[in-house]
Amino acid sequence: MPKVIYIDVDGERHETDVANGLSVMEGAIANGVTGILAICGGSCACSTCHGYIDEAWIELVGPPNEIEESTLELASERRAGSRLTCQIAMRDELDGLVVHVADNDG
Amino acid sequence: MAEPPIIVVGAGQAGLQIVDSLRRGGYSGRLMLIGDEKSLPYQRPPLSKQYMSENMSDDRLLFRPADYYEKKGVELILGEQVSAIDTQARTVVIDGQTCEYAKLAITTGASVRHIPVPGAELEGVCYLRSVEDAQYIRTQLSSGPQRVAAIGGGFIGLEIAASARELGHSVTVIEAQDRLMARVVAPLVSEYFGDLHRSHGVEVLLDAAVSGIERADDDSLIVDLTDGRRISADLIVVGIGSIPHSALAEAAGLTCNNGIVVDEFAQTSDPNVVAAGDCTMHKNARLNVSHRLESVQNAVDQAKIAAATLLGEPKPYEQVPWFWSDQFDAKLQMVGSSVGFDRTVLRGSIADGEFSVFYFNDGVLIGVDSVNRPSDHVTSRKLIANRTAVSDDVLTDIEQNLKTLL
Ligand SMILES: Cc1cc2nc3c(=O)[nH]c(=O)nc-3n(C[C@H](O)[C@H](O)[C@H](O)COP(=O)(O)OP(=O)(O)OC[C@H]3O[C@@H](n4cnc5c(N)ncnc54)[C@H](O)[C@@H]3O)c2cc1C
Ligand code: FES
Repeated sequence: MPKVIYIDVDGERHETDVANGLSVMEGAIANGVTGILAICGGSCACSTCHGYIDEAWIELVGPPNEIEESTLELASERRAGSRLTCQIAMRDELDGLVVHVADNDG
Repeated sequence: MAEPPIIVVGAGQAGLQIVDSLRRGGYSGRLMLIGDEKSLPYQRPPLSKQYMSENMSDDRLLFRPADYYEKKGVELILGEQVSAIDTQARTVVIDGQTCEYAKLAITTGASVRHIPVPGAELEGVCYLRSVEDAQYIRTQLSSGPQRVAAIGGGFIGLEIAASARELGHSVTVIEAQDRLMARVVAPLVSEYFGDLHRSHGVEVLLDAAVSGIERADDDSLIVDLTDGRRISADLIVVGIGSIPHSALAEAAGLTCNNGIVVDEFAQTSDPNVVAAGDCTMHKNARLNVSHRLESVQNAVDQAKIAAATLLGEPKPYEQVPWFWSDQFDAKLQMVGSSVGFDRTVLRGSIADGEFSVFYFNDGVLIGVDSVNRPSDHVTSRKLIANRTAVSDDVLTDIEQNLKTLL
């Protein structure tokens, strides 16, 4: 199973397996990663699953689509690598992915 | 003796958020979360959507993993109902036992409105509020092709209709009003969704009032309409609205009026009791209205307000309400409220299935419904929050980005 490394809002590191097909958001929720709220449950409607893809991974993960791009505008502090983690499906290629959680509780 | 805890009654979206916000806000005292459902706290929106259409597993519904509660020092009691509150003694009764509280938060949600017609109690007539309800429906739908009748053309009925249709069942939506989602959207939006459902093969009956439900000779069910029409079905799902869970609060002497009445700080009529979510009739300081809402946004934002009040750092509730509903490939997103509109402006194309309807009252933008136009929705949230003046010219010209109005 591919691994994801989450660095949560408090700087804590969570390294965890996330099954292929689950979203990076779901991996965070299932492992109690602080800061990923995901109140719309992955419907791309809330932006509270906002995270920053680590620089080394940005290209492989790819850019947001149009819908996600719009919803991202609700997110706090957008930067390079900003993504809604509910819109990234896990796949083998992303094994080792590093995601820095944004402050979604502001 | 141990200090009395903050007790949160109702372990749903709002209850979980209060607990979470209290801990994040630095409250380190005892904290108890009590829910009468057996499951760990879970989200409801997927129940009529992916959970039904994609056979999603139960654990994917959970808000937090099982160890979260222990890690956060939350005394979680599941499968037990709070049967009484005594605001004088500051106690609640759980499973016959009396527990003292320092402060109390009521987040008891709402329950489905039952359909008051003969035959409503027949097996095969069901409702959807809980994961158990969803499991029942899913089991029925997986036992072979079914004729599904959804009574009520509101969000839940329509989402169930779409999910069941996507699974290949034959589906009839029965709505008493002359259009779908009549309480909340403009006629134009109702019409679009009617056409959408029909184009996917759902039969949509309007002006169709149910007079009764019967068991047919072949053991299936029949929905009788007042105009004499009879609709055969194997499964009937009723979605005709909900009723706030406020009886417990009312019996405790708290002021209630279609929900537990709270002010903009989520404060009830008792200074030691706050309430949040579907169970409240609440004040929105920005919109200057009192209303009861059933949405994730309201449950979460109001719970944060309730937590702030419990922490002694009150801030007023002034978030602009928003809501979403997914039906087939249409994403409906709503912001504000269209209640009391005197004028609408259309942006985009209904024929292309990408449009927004802007609602005005006395020249002020009060609400926007968007279908597959998330950028309109997102910008509208800001336009309404800031009370920005908007001109029809910009709204009606899709070449112009709404952001220029901000
Ligand atoms: C099928 C479905 C689809 C939905 N889709 C959407 C959507 O797409 N978008 C959206 O914004 N909203 C949607 N909603 C609405 C949203 O889920 C609710 O608004 C939200 O769950 C409200 O949270 P709450 O905490 O107020 O109530 P709830 O989540 O209902 O939680 C209340 C809890 O308190 C418990 N309880 C009640 N009385 C007692 C007692 N005396 N003692 C102990 N426990 C008690 C209840 O059993 C329940 O578990 C949907 C709802 C349903 C049912
Ligand atoms: S969970 Fe709401 S946008 Fe990702």
